[in-house]
Amino acid sequence: MSAASQVGRNWGAVAAVPVLLAAIAMLQVRIDMQTRSAAQQKEELVLSSGPMLQKMSLGYDSLLADIYWTRAVQYYGGKLRDMSRDYSLLPGLLDITTTLDPHLLVAYRFGAIFLSEPPPGGAGRVDLAIKLEERGIKANPDAWDLDANRGFLYYWHLKDYAKASAAYLDAARNPKAPQMMRMMAARITEKGGDLDTSMAIWAQYFTSSKDPRVLKTARDHIEGLQALKDERAIDALSQRYYASFGKYPTSTKELRDAGMLNGIPLDPTGIPYIIEPGGKSRLDPSSTVIVEIPPKLPNEK
Amino acid sequence: MTTPAIEIEGLTKDYATGFWRKRMRRSLDNLTLQVEEGEVFGFLGPNGAGKTTTIKLLMGLIFPTAGTARVRGQSIHDVRMHREIGFLPEQPYFYDYLTARELLDYYARFFGYSAGERRERVHRFLERVGLASAGDTQLRKFSKGMLQRAGIAQAILHDPRVIFLDEPMSGLDPVGRREVRDIILELKQQGRTVFFSTHILSDAEMLCDRVAVLVGGKLRGVGAPGDIVSMEIQGMEILFEASHAEALPRGFAGRATQIGGRFRIEVPEAELYDSLDQLRGWGARILSVTPIRPTLEDYFFGLVDRGKADRLPEEVTAR
Amino acid sequence: MSSMASPAARSAIRPPMAGAIPGVVAVNTFREAVRDRILYNLIFFALVMMGAAILVGQISIGIERLVIVNLGLSAISIFGLIMAIFIGVSLVSKEIEKRTLYSLLAKPVRRWEFLVGRYAGLLLTLVVNTSLMTMGLAGALLYVSRHFERGDASILLAVYFILLQLALVTALALFFSCFSTPVLSTLYTIGIYVAGIFANDIHAIGQFTRNPAMEAVTRVVYYLLPNFHNFNIIAAASHGEAVPFSLIWQNTVYAALYVAVVLIAAAAVFSRRNLK
Repeated sequence: MSAASQVGRNWGAVAAVPVLLAAIAMLQVRIDMQTRSAAQQKEELVLSSGPMLQKMSLGYDSLLADIYWTRAVQYYGGKLRDMSRDYSLLPGLLDITTTLDPHLLVAYRFGAIFLSEPPPGGAGRVDLAIKLEERGIKANPDAWDLDANRGFLYYWHLKDYAKASAAYLDAARNPKAPQMMRMMAARITEKGGDLDTSMAIWAQYFTSSKDPRVLKTARDHIEGLQALKDERAIDALSQRYYASFGKYPTSTKELRDAGMLNGIPLDPTGIPYIIEPGGKSRLDPSSTVIVEIPPKLPNEK
Repeated sequence: MTTPAIEIEGLTKDYATGFWRKRMRRSLDNLTLQVEEGEVFGFLGPNGAGKTTTIKLLMGLIFPTAGTARVRGQSIHDVRMHREIGFLPEQPYFYDYLTARELLDYYARFFGYSAGERRERVHRFLERVGLASAGDTQLRKFSKGMLQRAGIAQAILHDPRVIFLDEPMSGLDPVGRREVRDIILELKQQGRTVFFSTHILSDAEMLCDRVAVLVGGKLRGVGAPGDIVSMEIQGMEILFEASHAEALPRGFAGRATQIGGRFRIEVPEAELYDSLDQLRGWGARILSVTPIRPTLEDYFFGLVDRGKADRLPEEVTAR
Repeated sequence: MSSMASPAARSAIRPPMAGAIPGVVAVNTFREAVRDRILYNLIFFALVMMGAAILVGQISIGIERLVIVNLGLSAISIFGLIMAIFIGVSLVSKEIEKRTLYSLLAKPVRRWEFLVGRYAGLLLTLVVNTSLMTMGLAGALLYVSRHFERGDASILLAVYFILLQLALVTALALFFSCFSTPVLSTLYTIGIYVAGIFANDIHAIGQFTRNPAMEAVTRVVYYLLPNFHNFNIIAAASHGEAVPFSLIWQNTVYAALYVAVVLIAAAAVFSRRNLK
């Protein structure tokens, strides 16, 4: 074989490599399409035992905790984005995370949110969220905010005011906790589920965080409650107007003209409330405020 | 009587061999030997005879099964003895990430020189072995000859009284071998003792005051090469030219070999003059007459061949 | 042709100070490690780890600083271990294999001095390397949060404990290097390291069985093994927790004593070894 053709063969072989790689990539795409259509892969936590993982981590357990926490966050985020209602792996992931690093406070704080919010916003498992906070407090006696979280969960989701108040009192026992804890406990015992209490509780629960997602959720809830409060106030004025004038007002402007309001009441996003026939006020349909009906005491009207 | 430079008494080394390490192989058997100050001593023997084993024992790289040895009166088990000796291993290998200068500087640090002395010595000995220009090249780039020279430099830079060289000429070209020979002679001039092992017999013949021959782990013979070589004249060699192409005289015809136009014949010493007369009568032109002496090689191979049988080492002395 | 100086004792050879010989070997060992390019690869990977840590903080919640400390300290620990084992197991066997030991031991140096020097050289290399990676960690922390917090001092303590661990592992690797091949030495060293981490569990199992013989055996094993779990304070450091001073000095003494035991054993083995 001549030298020239030998060199030619070498270059030919080298040039074939990218072509072969492209063919391999195309084949892989085909294979992927087949396996994806074949089955919705069942999600699984292959290793679900926290203590075992801790042993296997050879001393790097806090790093593994960070990894599992990130996995939990990504899992939650993905489900949220897909509007899925299936958060079955979430409790396991959080359990492993907190076993590997019992002092990872952010996992208790946010984990409880992920677990307690109703689907599709969360797993809807308030019981597990409460258990998580209990574990967190046991491992971190100084973290009074976990007790406060427990209080919130009992108050808002379970409407168990006795336990809610007791939880806030537990939080108050820590000298670092603000006075408000004691006030919350008292207020819940006294007033139960009135709007102001609820607003105060939302404010306390969330504004201790700097996370923008959390702040937005809090703001939404507080706005919603404010809107509810405004609506009730307007409804009351509406009844007075009917008592005075024999008919319901058709807009808040009429209430103002009648001297019952100083100005046009705006909802938290700046859009005026409207009044329906029958005197019931509500948000303008274009408003972005979301209203959740707060829990009521049995004897509240 | 002054202390010998090297005294070896009954030095023995056994190795455990076989899968279960049960069988013993004796690689050095009861070596007893003395080397005087200022001698150049050659240690000869075929491969596997135990030469390197002996040197490793003296250097403390391996430990004897039996026997003792002393260098300049100090036991080989005493680390202070190493101040006075230099060692060039066979096929030396050094830290290839160091330059020649760094290597010598490193080794020099074991002797407690001041920084200035160290620098001066390193420079001087690099020059002496002809590596001055390659001083800052990494050893991994050195040729075999250059490595050998670096090895010699590290062996002598602390001015040791006794220098041990294991196959110092191996792998060198004739120029390199000549340089090593010169260095050995220079060391001798300075009154140092040189102990080197080799299987190049002509080197030993040329350089050594005395040689020892080791075969199969046993010492077979000790003596001066000159004495060995002058043992006996085996005959006389006559070179001659024929004046005409006639057949050689009777008696020579079968014994002469022809090389071109010349003839060569060996005759016993006693018959020399008769043979010369005969040849001249026949009309040959005598070119040379040379006595045939056994070389060190003959002596050596004679000992090796006889090495199969157990014999006491022969001491060859001058007649 | 220049000649050599006269052999007259113009400059008498003075014996070096005690301890100087191991230092000479140590410096050379350090130089060898620096010129070996594997070191730079490891530092590069460690820096990549720091970058990854910053990234993980972005895709998670609330653990930007935490994961840098955790991942950074874990990387320092793992890479330190890799280096300690990888270089340690050939500290002696390489010199025997390459026969550089022949010319070295012909010098006035005792075998134990050589061993201690090799050990000190690798330890020095590890300290330098760890310091560099710790600076990388500090840099990543500054990048993410622009300031240090008081609790960050425990990171330095965690690094110190990691170095104690590495000192132990290096001694073990050196010990095996005195009589075994690099591959086997690596396996033995890793084996003892893992066993040392589970030492607690071994002890607990013995007590669990309620069999006096088992209890005795596991108790002996527990005290013989180097208990590496003592040194792991990465979790504490990442949460900025304080570590009691008694723990610090006790662990230091433990490591020092254990290293001494291993080095003495290594010297005993190596002093008798016939070099091929």
